[in-house]
Amino acid sequence: MKRKDQPTVAGAVTVTKIDRRTFLRVTGVAGGGLMLGVTVGCSPEESAKVRSADVAAEPIELNAYVQISADGIFIQSPNPEIGQGVDTALPMIVAEELDAAWSDVTVVQAETHPRFDRQMSGGSRSIPSRWLPLRQAGAAARHMLVAAAALQWEVDPAECETRDSMVIHAPSNRSLSYMELANSAAVQPLPELDGLKLKDRSEFRLLGKRVGGAKNHTLVTGGALFGIDHRMPDLLYATYVKCPAVGGRVKAANLEAVKALPGVVDAFVQDEIKPPPGGFLTVPLAAGVAIVAEDTWSAFRARRVLDVEWDEADAAKDSWSAARAQAQELSAGAGNEAVADKGDVEGAFDNADKTLKSFYEYAFVSHAQMEPQNSTAWMRDGKLEIWSPTQAPQFGADSVANLLDMDVADITVHALRSGGGFGRRAINDPMVEVAAIARRLNRPVKLTWTREDDMAHDYYRAGGFHSLEGALDGDGKLVGWRNHLISFTHDGTNPVIGGNIDANIDPGPFVPNLNLTQTLLPWQTPCGPWRAPRSNVVAFAHQCFLHELSHAAGRDHLEFMLELMGEPQWLEEGNSWSLHTGRAAGVIRLAAEKAGWGKTLPEGHALGLAFYFSHAGHIAEAAEVSVSDDRTVHVHRVTAAVDVGPIVNLSGAENQVQGSVIDGFSTMLGQQVTFENGRALETNFDTYPLLRIPRAPDVDVHFIQSDFPPTGLGEPALPPLAPAVGNAIFAATGERVRRMPIAKAGYS
Amino acid sequence: MIEFELNGEAVRTDDDPNTPLLWVIRDTFKLKGSKYGCGAGLCGACTMHVDGVASRTCTLPVAAVANRRVTTIEGLGTPQDLHPLQAAWHEHSVPQCGYCQSGQIMSAAALLASNPTPSEAEIDAAMSGNICRCGCYPRIKKAIQSVGDTSLAYNAAAGREVNS
Ligand code: FES
Ligand code: FES
Repeated sequence: MKRKDQPTVAGAVTVTKIDRRTFLRVTGVAGGGLMLGVTVGCSPEESAKVRSADVAAEPIELNAYVQISADGIFIQSPNPEIGQGVDTALPMIVAEELDAAWSDVTVVQAETHPRFDRQMSGGSRSIPSRWLPLRQAGAAARHMLVAAAALQWEVDPAECETRDSMVIHAPSNRSLSYMELANSAAVQPLPELDGLKLKDRSEFRLLGKRVGGAKNHTLVTGGALFGIDHRMPDLLYATYVKCPAVGGRVKAANLEAVKALPGVVDAFVQDEIKPPPGGFLTVPLAAGVAIVAEDTWSAFRARRVLDVEWDEADAAKDSWSAARAQAQELSAGAGNEAVADKGDVEGAFDNADKTLKSFYEYAFVSHAQMEPQNSTAWMRDGKLEIWSPTQAPQFGADSVANLLDMDVADITVHALRSGGGFGRRAINDPMVEVAAIARRLNRPVKLTWTREDDMAHDYYRAGGFHSLEGALDGDGKLVGWRNHLISFTHDGTNPVIGGNIDANIDPGPFVPNLNLTQTLLPWQTPCGPWRAPRSNVVAFAHQCFLHELSHAAGRDHLEFMLELMGEPQWLEEGNSWSLHTGRAAGVIRLAAEKAGWGKTLPEGHALGLAFYFSHAGHIAEAAEVSVSDDRTVHVHRVTAAVDVGPIVNLSGAENQVQGSVIDGFSTMLGQQVTFENGRALETNFDTYPLLRIPRAPDVDVHFIQSDFPPTGLGEPALPPLAPAVGNAIFAATGERVRRMPIAKAGYS
Repeated sequence: MIEFELNGEAVRTDDDPNTPLLWVIRDTFKLKGSKYGCGAGLCGACTMHVDGVASRTCTLPVAAVANRRVTTIEGLGTPQDLHPLQAAWHEHSVPQCGYCQSGQIMSAAALLASNPTPSEAEIDAAMSGNICRCGCYPRIKKAIQSVGDTSLAYNAAAGREVNS
């Protein structure tokens, strides 16, 4: 097997020179966001002299994404890899249009560079935002390879075809490999991107196949890939101790005693630095004590001796129990802010045949990504180099520049593989911390958080509460919907990330009479994006309450859900990021059918069904559940029906859906971060349980590969799981769970 | 000075004897395949074999492995000659982020060494100390099951004992 994961490619970012007559530049192509390294300046006669005999030893650059050498084809993967599989899926898109044989391809994790545009992994955006530019990059390189071959053979390029990294001229029965053509292809003019003919879906050879992860070999043999694994000479190791309540400052610390410990190199207090206002995903640097040592353990061990007196005057006092009590009280009435109103809600409820009111709640949760937060930094001659497992390297550089008053041009960020992201690493607090530590040292330093640091200093998924009311008419149709959302605010005005609702969330668009209000409670501990922000909790409340309504109406839930969707249409005509009722109905039907909806199940088993639309993904899930007498919830099987358009990598896509389902169950079952006096009470996996293999359900995944443009799959398969399980618990037991984690409602 | 065998080679360290083996391996010997996940014996990311037994090394003082045989993921197979489980992990493309996977493979390898054809319940029992936050469990299970008899061949070739 060919290795796909040689770690580095010389000249992968800097443009490789071919010869002196050739000059190279990097150019931006307006509109497409695609930046290609372009070779210009050769006449065709000159370029024809660059014969295929000059097989390149060093990779020759056809454009930013494609380099070719005698060893094969190197494709740059521009976005950070956090477990969502973009380091395979994105290069596959290039390889498809390039007609490269996948076995010739080596994936290279791209450096952070403006020519790769916005290098962020978040919002399930990698596939949809890169789809066109990467196809163009592959097609442009292919065009240049064909041009080079045609020139050499003195034939019309239109007579040439490509396949498996070869240009073939069938009429004369000649062929040349891309590796042989690289030198001469590199001096061909860059084609007009808009004029390139991209493949029709029926011509795809690679996309839609099952392709193994590009870094699997390194992963299964224990190669050093992750941020925490970063190795370099002279490295120091740091730990950073912050106040358990956010916002606390250091009043006093026994630094001298710590410095005297074996292996410890330095210990110092770092003051809080607040970012200038504005700035997306920029974060403050929290006050703390840095301990720098010769190895990780010496730093961790020194924490046992460290004694810090915290000044908590401005520290968080957040209390989950107080928030719950307040929310329960508030839930009786409407919120103090209007969010949306349509139709005649009062009238709908007054004239209803049946009305229902329920209170749903969910706790704060932590990301608990498997690799604890870490970053490495080296400050030299006023320039800062950072190695970090981050979802957003460019935002990280901005954050550091803002806080430490540096020029962003003096900061280089290498985005290393992340041991899980889930939104946590969109926020670069470890990067900011290590930068602050590194500027006081003359050696590189790696900061590693303990698991306890990680759980105590997350940007949490916010807890929240929904007071829901529904009205049904005499035909059992949903005619009225009220939701009073009780969530949180950091600044007194704006909801925390994920702490909002709007009229577009299912069933909003399908109910004639709708009233949404909110009340925001003050909350200091920071909240952040957590896999499918907002959707991951709203889906539970809405989709379970819809089931309550269909049950109250005495109707079949599948039929009720399909009726809501009505005729196939985009909710916003022409906006493929909006919900399409036909796609929704398609996945709802498929999940029900494949799960055996309406069929006889094993004794004690019951099915629950839910749909959710997020990140442009239409996904329905059916959970087959039984509940034992001790209220242990067994999820035997989950059937997922997914429409995210054409699938890029079938293996990776299936893995994402299975993982999302398991993550969804893990989170709803037992995860809660409880805040009292501003402190997170859960500290590690004993009190914050993650699902283990014996409880993992079988997950059947079915894709509807519709012709809409492909969209991302890192997030949207998670939200429908919790309501599917909640609805199944009801179907199995007659008991409605309205609280996550369900462990807090007596289940296990 | 503590001496032990690391992936077949005699090694010694003057690290503090109380240092968890994980950190000796990662920072002193610079082998990064074994991971830090919880530091409390709860997640299995740090799993290595000590005399063939899957062990959580984040809580195991290096002194405890004096004169014993330690195998890490780097010593399980070689890049050219993968352990059947490593090959199966490939074949089933198990990893998502991949962070937990060296620990998963080490736990699975210890299981198969003593029980080459484990039942699903035996897999569950042996693997329940290893958390996968990404939820690769269905593929982990499939990969282990797929190895089946291959592991017998591997153990025989490696001259190891198979207690089946
Ligand atoms: S790091 Fe050792 S069990 Fe988690
Ligand atoms: S693959 Fe990410 S934790 Fe297992």
